[in-house]
Amino acid sequence: MKIIVCIKQVPDTQKVKVDDKTGVLIRDGIDTKMNPFDLYALETAMKIKEQINAEITVITMGPPSAKEVIKEAYALGADSGYLLTDRKFAGADVLATSFTLAQGITAIGGYDLIICGKQTTDGDTAQVGPAIAEHLAIPHVSWVVKIKDVCDKSITFMEDMLDDIAIAKMNYPCLITVDKDVFQPRLPSYRLKQQAETKTINILTLEDLAQKDSEHYGLSGSPTQVEKIFEPTSEHEVERFEQDDKNNAKLLYQKLKELKYVKELS
Amino acid sequence: MSGIVIDHNKCIKCLACIKACPFNALSLENDKIEVNAACRLCKVCIGVCPTQAISLQDVIKKVIDKNLYQGILVYVEHTDGNIHPVTYELIGKALELAKKIDQQVYCLFIGENIKEKANVLLEYGVAKVLVYDHLDLRYFRVDNYANVFESAIKKLMPNTVLVGATTTGRSLAPRVAVRFKTGLTADTTILQMRENTDLVQIRPAFGGNIMAQILTTKTRPQFATVRYKVMDAPQKVTNVTGSIEIGVVNESMLKSKIELLEVKRKEATFEISEAEVIVVAGNGVKDEKGLKLVSELAELLDGVVGMTRPMIEKGTGSYLQQIGLSGRSVKPKLIITCGVSGAIQFVAGMDKSDTIIAINSDPNAPIFKTAHYAVVSDLYEVLPLLIKQIKGEIINEL
Repeated sequence: MKIIVCIKQVPDTQKVKVDDKTGVLIRDGIDTKMNPFDLYALETAMKIKEQINAEITVITMGPPSAKEVIKEAYALGADSGYLLTDRKFAGADVLATSFTLAQGITAIGGYDLIICGKQTTDGDTAQVGPAIAEHLAIPHVSWVVKIKDVCDKSITFMEDMLDDIAIAKMNYPCLITVDKDVFQPRLPSYRLKQQAETKTINILTLEDLAQKDSEHYGLSGSPTQVEKIFEPTSEHEVERFEQDDKNNAKLLYQKLKELKYVKELS
Repeated sequence: MSGIVIDHNKCIKCLACIKACPFNALSLENDKIEVNAACRLCKVCIGVCPTQAISLQDVIKKVIDKNLYQGILVYVEHTDGNIHPVTYELIGKALELAKKIDQQVYCLFIGENIKEKANVLLEYGVAKVLVYDHLDLRYFRVDNYANVFESAIKKLMPNTVLVGATTTGRSLAPRVAVRFKTGLTADTTILQMRENTDLVQIRPAFGGNIMAQILTTKTRPQFATVRYKVMDAPQKVTNVTGSIEIGVVNESMLKSKIELLEVKRKEATFEISEAEVIVVAGNGVKDEKGLKLVSELAELLDGVVGMTRPMIEKGTGSYLQQIGLSGRSVKPKLIITCGVSGAIQFVAGMDKSDTIIAINSDPNAPIFKTAHYAVVSDLYEVLPLLIKQIKGEIINEL
């Protein structure tokens, strides 16, 4: 079977600041790494491959330097990797990103199962995976917490459904997003890491995709616009309750009510 | 055509733009200024043009008529008809946003045997609850639900759609938003409505280190998933004026490709880092009585009990409850520390919590530097009083 794992290169730190004057994001250093949640997606693919004959392809969208994240995936055991990179892909939101990835996945050729991490650590949306499935008109299930069974026709798994846990089955082609409980990710192998350096990284640009109209990609294809970014006001002032115990208890009760942790008794 | 556009009627061919362009993306072709593929939309040319002949054309060609989209639609999150509290919070926010633009609030309720429950929503001032009730809609299956959602949107044509940023909400909303090729902002924490009906969506990114303000100005409806326990639930209204409308469920909507084999209620497994509310017992909790107070408060707040390392070493609790560098890191919405001094090893495991309340009788306890609310009191005195107030056993008058 053919498994596609969607991965993303993210900054190695969440320590970011906003330049007051320009409103531009300043990242502390330029170290990048694979989105930690993608490690679980890749591990799921590897575990499936241990059970049945499977070929694992990773795909990512990003700048040319995002090749590094594909090398990381190679060091973990991915068989082939594709980088979607084009200036026209820049500035993409959930809709345009998922569209581009769906186009890329189609361009690679056939697939049975697509696996995504539950979310990224830079965007935190958790919404690109389901959106890819919609573009591809295939079913998806998010927040898969356990793989129960896998064969060459279908996958059976446990999913988190708010208050319930469900066991469900989907035939291929389909997409799942996996939560971090699904498997413990392995460490990169030294041997694979060595090989990764020389392994081919396939590049896809707009020219390689079926939909060639640039209006669908990047900023043009994004219905949402970031109007501004700012640092949250760190209003860390300590409010002190220093009355007698009785009044402190009252003040605390009022505060919990205000914060909606206790209900108004009527 | 999106991008830089030149109005040839306004252009006086002064060539200022060609000189200013850093990418050589402009040139004079057949006596007209033209833009070539080298353009990076830096907009330098727009600024230098003396006759305002250059503009950045809207990137999405079809600018829709926003007036065709009216009202704010709230998706009702529920399990077996038991409405999830995020729904009421969304209704509260939706009412506030709708008021600003003089529009109404609708609810979309998808499930089985839920008609009765829909009436409850009307009590909060919702103008209409659109109910899709069918045996095959009993359980959340994202493909079926997306089909029904799509049908509801086509029927109501709402300006805005709000969905709880829950596991199910964040699976469903993207599928539906993609169908309408419209914008979806994830996990928003602040929402405001502009008079032109554009929804200002603010959300944290990079683990909460920055906030992004996002708009969906050219398409409708505007989708946002909204974080739980951020918005305020509304008060019930005195006279209910809204109505229930039954939506038509077609067989074509129910061809789910997800086969549910078993659905069971989640077991309450203990994972302290998952808890939204944690009450922590520290060294100041000296006996069973103190521990009981901490447990009781935790229970009343739907929370769990956490402990500092010394408490675990004394054998007071399970290591699963231990917070700090050598235990679990937690980031609950609310943490109340009782008799915790605030050693750095402990603080490092909890200082990202949304709201930190510290109770300690020592006015100089280090924990008060980390806390948002510092309660200088003996926990043995203040906790019993607090518990009684929460239980309604004493009426709170200041």
